[in-house]
Amino acid sequence: MAVKISAEKCKGCSLCVKACPFSAIEMVDKKAVINDKCTACGACVEKCNFGAITKDEEKAGKDLSAYRDVWVFAEQRGGVITPVVFELLGKGRELATDIGGVNLCAILLGKDLGDMTKQLFEAGADVVYTANSDLLANYTADGYTKVISEAIDEFKPEIVLYGATHIGRDLAPRIAARVNTGLTADCTKLDIDEETKGILQTRPAFGGNLMATIKCPNHRPQMSTVRPGVMTKAKPQPGRMGQVVPVTLKLQESDIRTKILEIVKTAKDMVSLTDAEIIVSGGAGLGDASGFELIKKFADRVGGVVGASRAAVDAGWIDHSHQVGQTGTTVKPKIYIACGISGAIQHLAGMQTSDIIIAINKSPIAPIFEVADYGIVGDLYQVLPELMEAWS
Amino acid sequence: MKILVCVKQVPNTNEVKINPKTGTLIRDGVESILNPDDDNALEAALQIKDKNEGTNVTVISMGPPQAADVLIECMAKGADDAILLSSRAFGGADTWATSNTIAGAIRKIADYDIIFAGRQAIDGDTAQVGPQIAERLGIPQVTYVEEVLKCEDGKLTVKRQLEDGYEMIEIPTPCLLTAVKELNTPRYMSVKGIYDACEREITVWNETDIPVSPDEIGINASPTKVYRSFTPKPKGRGMMVEGTPKEAAAKVTEELKKKHFL
Repeated sequence: MAVKISAEKCKGCSLCVKACPFSAIEMVDKKAVINDKCTACGACVEKCNFGAITKDEEKAGKDLSAYRDVWVFAEQRGGVITPVVFELLGKGRELATDIGGVNLCAILLGKDLGDMTKQLFEAGADVVYTANSDLLANYTADGYTKVISEAIDEFKPEIVLYGATHIGRDLAPRIAARVNTGLTADCTKLDIDEETKGILQTRPAFGGNLMATIKCPNHRPQMSTVRPGVMTKAKPQPGRMGQVVPVTLKLQESDIRTKILEIVKTAKDMVSLTDAEIIVSGGAGLGDASGFELIKKFADRVGGVVGASRAAVDAGWIDHSHQVGQTGTTVKPKIYIACGISGAIQHLAGMQTSDIIIAINKSPIAPIFEVADYGIVGDLYQVLPELMEAWS
Repeated sequence: MKILVCVKQVPNTNEVKINPKTGTLIRDGVESILNPDDDNALEAALQIKDKNEGTNVTVISMGPPQAADVLIECMAKGADDAILLSSRAFGGADTWATSNTIAGAIRKIADYDIIFAGRQAIDGDTAQVGPQIAERLGIPQVTYVEEVLKCEDGKLTVKRQLEDGYEMIEIPTPCLLTAVKELNTPRYMSVKGIYDACEREITVWNETDIPVSPDEIGINASPTKVYRSFTPKPKGRGMMVEGTPKEAAAKVTEELKKKHFL
């Protein structure tokens, strides 16, 4: 904490105890002592008539240079590393190179970490910080926040990246509040500022209508959550090794206040969309749910995966896990085929970085054609079978 | 039982369009609404109130004076009390400073069992303020709540949505839960509710009313700074393929083969 009370100067008047909005000062042996409720607000500083309380205002500013290295949170579920981690390692390597002279590190929490550690080295991590405990086998906000926050204090990374998954988005804000730093959500682009070597985090806002680039100039670490499917995966280098550094583990069972009763997997695979090389997506133009039979047939034939627009999902024609776009999954396949999708900005935000976009729509003025490499104005029920024929 | 619900007034971003000539956002005529996930958060609180007599539901929002509109809407749906945190000093806050402000107000309220918030707001989509409030208050959290199964004295059982399934979690109170749209279907305002809500007072607090330090709130206290904003560049129209479905399909296939995509 940045607020300190000098035991020599304290006269035990207890004025500061009353001034503290957080009940963070207690009298112990007639001296004021700061407890862990302190938020470093400084309300007590001027109330002290003896100059016994000081607040180190510039501490964060001075200390910035102590922070180095790029960290990736190596999210795992049931002993399997979440795919976005490899995308973050790919991006993290670029960031580490652009900063210069820093390591790319992963922080891995769980149990039986051997195999996962090896995969992280092969994907480019120079160092893997490990926390091995039965208490960390499954994600909990309490357990993971404590361990990672303490590791950040211990090893002082300059940048920490998290996948913007349901776990990453639960965890990262809590850590940011605990270690008192900034966090930028759902980034789609990360760069290093050439001058300051700080990170430039670009993210969509207003449903993808606006992009904002965010800096975190005076706090460390700089932290981002990154949308799955946006960054390019690191190519694995078989046999590549690195350094394993176990973190100091102070976690106790009582630190975890929530209890997981059950974890149930319902969808066959959450990664299929982000990993797919070909995606065939259907929208409102299908007319009804049966349209997805044709989409599925086509996708199966070309080794692709079925996607959908929000309109098709909202109509109940297909499960949400297939939704592509701002509120669904962001995808970057080699070929994206949009069938009967008009191209709302929210949808475009989730697929327009695909290498090749083919759009089939009855309306020649559909916005989807504005991002399509190849646009076909016509009935998808006629065009798709012909395309299937031509490809096979 | 006492339940707090954190809500936000947001522009209806589904209505926001880009002026194609200037590349800027057209905000005129875009209505302000109660953030959709927050509506689910409120509904969850009201459903608990319906089942548990003597439950008080208080809604809290931070925003400009006109954000009172959504608080009136919440009261018309059944919330008992409303608090608006409004001051220029709160303006321009990022999630870190926003959560400090709201947590400060909750500390002042002091007595609560459950805090509900929406998973995320549609203008920022960050999903950060809920967990950060929980952290500031030192209470446990579950985000992405899609079902509240049990609400017993001192603990709750909730279903947390995952990308590929769900978790069942038991959590002690006081705690913070964030709601997704699958949690429930929000009720409409009743005529009597609207009439009553308009008669009621909204408590307005500024920075002097809550236990927070001036260097923890607003734009200056925010660790993240917006460096620049811009409208995304459209990828640009490619080739429109003419002809019958058969001809068009053949043409596209030929092009893809030429570029070695097939």
